[in-house]
Amino acid sequence: MRFERRELPYWSAPTSVASLMLQVLAALVPAAFAHVWFFGPGFIFNLLVASIFAVAGEGLMMWLRGRSPAAALSDYSALVTAALLAFAIPSLTPWWVTATGALFGVIVAKHLYGGLGFNIFNPAMAGYVVILVTFPADLNLWVAPRMGDIDYQQLTLIQTLVFTLTGNLPEGLSFDAISRATPLDVMKTGLNRLATVAEIRTNPVMGDFGGRGWEWIGNFLAIGGFWLMIRKIIRWQIPLGVGLGLLVPASIMYLVGPGTNPSPGFHLFAGATILCAFFIATDPVSAATSTRGRFVYGLGIGFLTWCIRRWGSYADGVAFAVLIMNMAVPAIDYLTRPRVVGHSTGDGADG
Amino acid sequence: MTAPTYDLGKLHGGLRLTAHKRESTAELIKDVPVPSMLVLPIEQHVGGPTRPVVRVGDHVLKGQVIAEPERELGAPVHASSSGTVVAIDQWPVSRRFGEKAPCIVIECDGKDKASSAIAIDDYSKLEPDELLLRILDGGIVGLGGAVFPTAQKLMQARTCKIDYLILNGVECEPYISCDDVLMRECAAEVLSGAQILMHALQVNVCLVAVESDKPEAILRLGQALADLDDQRIVLKQLPSVYPSGGEDQLVQLVTNREVPSRGLPTDVGCVVQNVGTAAAVHDWIVNNQPLISRITTVTGDGVDAPANIRARIGTPVADVISFAGGYTDQARHLIIGGPMTGKSVTTDEIPLVKASNCVLVVSDAPSQGDELPCIRCGDCAAVCPVRLLPQQLLWYARADDEKKLRDFCLTDCIECGCCDLVCPSRIPLTANFRKAKVHIQELADEKARADRAKRRFEARNRRLEREHQERAAELARQKSSAKAAGPAAIAEILKRKQNKDEFE
Repeated sequence: MRFERRELPYWSAPTSVASLMLQVLAALVPAAFAHVWFFGPGFIFNLLVASIFAVAGEGLMMWLRGRSPAAALSDYSALVTAALLAFAIPSLTPWWVTATGALFGVIVAKHLYGGLGFNIFNPAMAGYVVILVTFPADLNLWVAPRMGDIDYQQLTLIQTLVFTLTGNLPEGLSFDAISRATPLDVMKTGLNRLATVAEIRTNPVMGDFGGRGWEWIGNFLAIGGFWLMIRKIIRWQIPLGVGLGLLVPASIMYLVGPGTNPSPGFHLFAGATILCAFFIATDPVSAATSTRGRFVYGLGIGFLTWCIRRWGSYADGVAFAVLIMNMAVPAIDYLTRPRVVGHSTGDGADG
Repeated sequence: MTAPTYDLGKLHGGLRLTAHKRESTAELIKDVPVPSMLVLPIEQHVGGPTRPVVRVGDHVLKGQVIAEPERELGAPVHASSSGTVVAIDQWPVSRRFGEKAPCIVIECDGKDKASSAIAIDDYSKLEPDELLLRILDGGIVGLGGAVFPTAQKLMQARTCKIDYLILNGVECEPYISCDDVLMRECAAEVLSGAQILMHALQVNVCLVAVESDKPEAILRLGQALADLDDQRIVLKQLPSVYPSGGEDQLVQLVTNREVPSRGLPTDVGCVVQNVGTAAAVHDWIVNNQPLISRITTVTGDGVDAPANIRARIGTPVADVISFAGGYTDQARHLIIGGPMTGKSVTTDEIPLVKASNCVLVVSDAPSQGDELPCIRCGDCAAVCPVRLLPQQLLWYARADDEKKLRDFCLTDCIECGCCDLVCPSRIPLTANFRKAKVHIQELADEKARADRAKRRFEARNRRLEREHQERAAELARQKSSAKAAGPAAIAEILKRKQNKDEFE
């Protein structure tokens, strides 16, 4: 009898890229609900806009590169990029801003570098930084969180949709009435005005540790993140690294000067710290791959985030920290190679 | 005397795989009848080349040597049954490289008449080196799959300081269960073989390593050990993790010693022998039966009645399959060896050889989906038992970057296939690495050739240079002697040169 030859091993892989990406999306669902609860339905529209443009951009690029668009879209990586971007931007963001970020992330940061697996920079963060520097005013306007001082001013679904499509608020409503500076902004401007941390924290946007609403979204992001860790979709080194890199210097400075340095709890629960630790820094393509390397990479992101928050002109530093550490990945990977079994050093065959 | 304790080392990575062993272990080992025809490859072993010592038309007896190693080392091949040599010719075989190999084909006469070999009374009275030579004559090779001649391995070990003999009963690869059933049914023979090997090696500790998913084998070995009352032999239970049965991995697990890269277990005082090999040593030294049969697992969803069978070496695989109930409708691929490290072959005309621990017939694997680009998730590195970085190696393999491949220790890859199994992008990493290894070897060979040519070229240049200098020295000598002879002589020389120039 004749048989067909096949490459071994003869085994079916239990995972796929698509299933990994879907699980990452699933892990974001609780936080998405929290986001809508605290900041209104704008998140849904942002997510839709980002998804449509990310998917369209990905399909277009695959078509231009002479590959099958369906194959690329079925791995859901464009949707993950879109979701992370939607989490990074204010709930009231005009569609063209979101679209610019999604298209830049997918087309420039991802496909011009060779597509999935070859991008040096995290597409979502690259897209976010581009719109942050292009549309700074739009990205600083966060509506006041629910249960804050101006809860009643939340926009309706239709009003939010109109804003997303046109960039116009309802008749008679101004941004001053409904928006609030982000907790990190409040902290930064307050400290610049030489107010003490305790004084600044009396601002109504402040919550128990970080910002009102923000910290609850953070909790739900952490739940999703731990679920991903249990399922080994992400590994613990990067989240721990980000946490330590940010919290260790923050704690030291807080102990030295609690009046001029916000507490480590504030750093953890304000801004995008938790989103970054579990979902952004853990993007495998643009992160370091060795066990030690991942920890170092996480440490770097955490530390740079703290530096930018402390001394930079931007309130949050997550996106810049991630992009900077993306550049350091080849060096980190090279320097943190594990020692191969049977070798006395990690320096390769003749080491 | 109390049993000494040993450090259990830790294996990096590895995988817990679905065993698929129950299918073949439900019943006792079944003996396959002597087939009408035996096909015995002349080269069945790693080691020195072998040449046939029978001719077409010769009548041979069971156990008679039909092929011998050309040099001292290697292992002979014995006729697995009595009959007539009808051909010595190329025949399809299952080998890593190449499709066909020279084989001795015997038409069996059905009498299964044994040759009368001289038995030895008591091996313990033999000197270790005499015992080694005796083992050499039995045609015994490593039955775990590597088929390295056992005597050769032992002789090499005799030149080193050996602390442990390790019997490998781990059998971590899915589907394969021939060692499991051997340990269940022939535990005493396995331990007896261990004692013989200990005498040959002059070591005082033998660790018998078995994976914990073989409780019955452990039980039987324990009973046999109690009967034997040999304090030197210690039973070791290991967690079932693939590939803990790899030689170097096993050494690391049971002794916490790392076999150096490109080194051997003997470098760290260990000799590893498969339990099947130990039983074969017992059969030869005690029962005077050379290695002419082995236990093979015949399994997979392409086989009607999976089982462990004992068949003569040289039995065509087709005969073995029909003994196991024949093929099912799903039979699509024939794999000799396990699903991870075996070899997919195209025909069942090939014979069972000493290395064949498993005949696996399987249906089409469930659709794997298309290969996607690597997303650098690093799962491959997490499961690599050698702690390589497969994702980096893949990059360099595709870029043909030989220096980087060496730098990242491609040659240390044991091709266990763990990385393939966890890759979410379904990249056939091991296949890429196999190709890259061959390529590296070719480059090394080419470089060696180039170096030889370069040495020849440089030698030639040196010779020419030397001749040139000698000529110059000669010329200078003539010049100075002419000077000494005076102007008339110089004029004479110049005139001669002028004449010569005119001629040219």
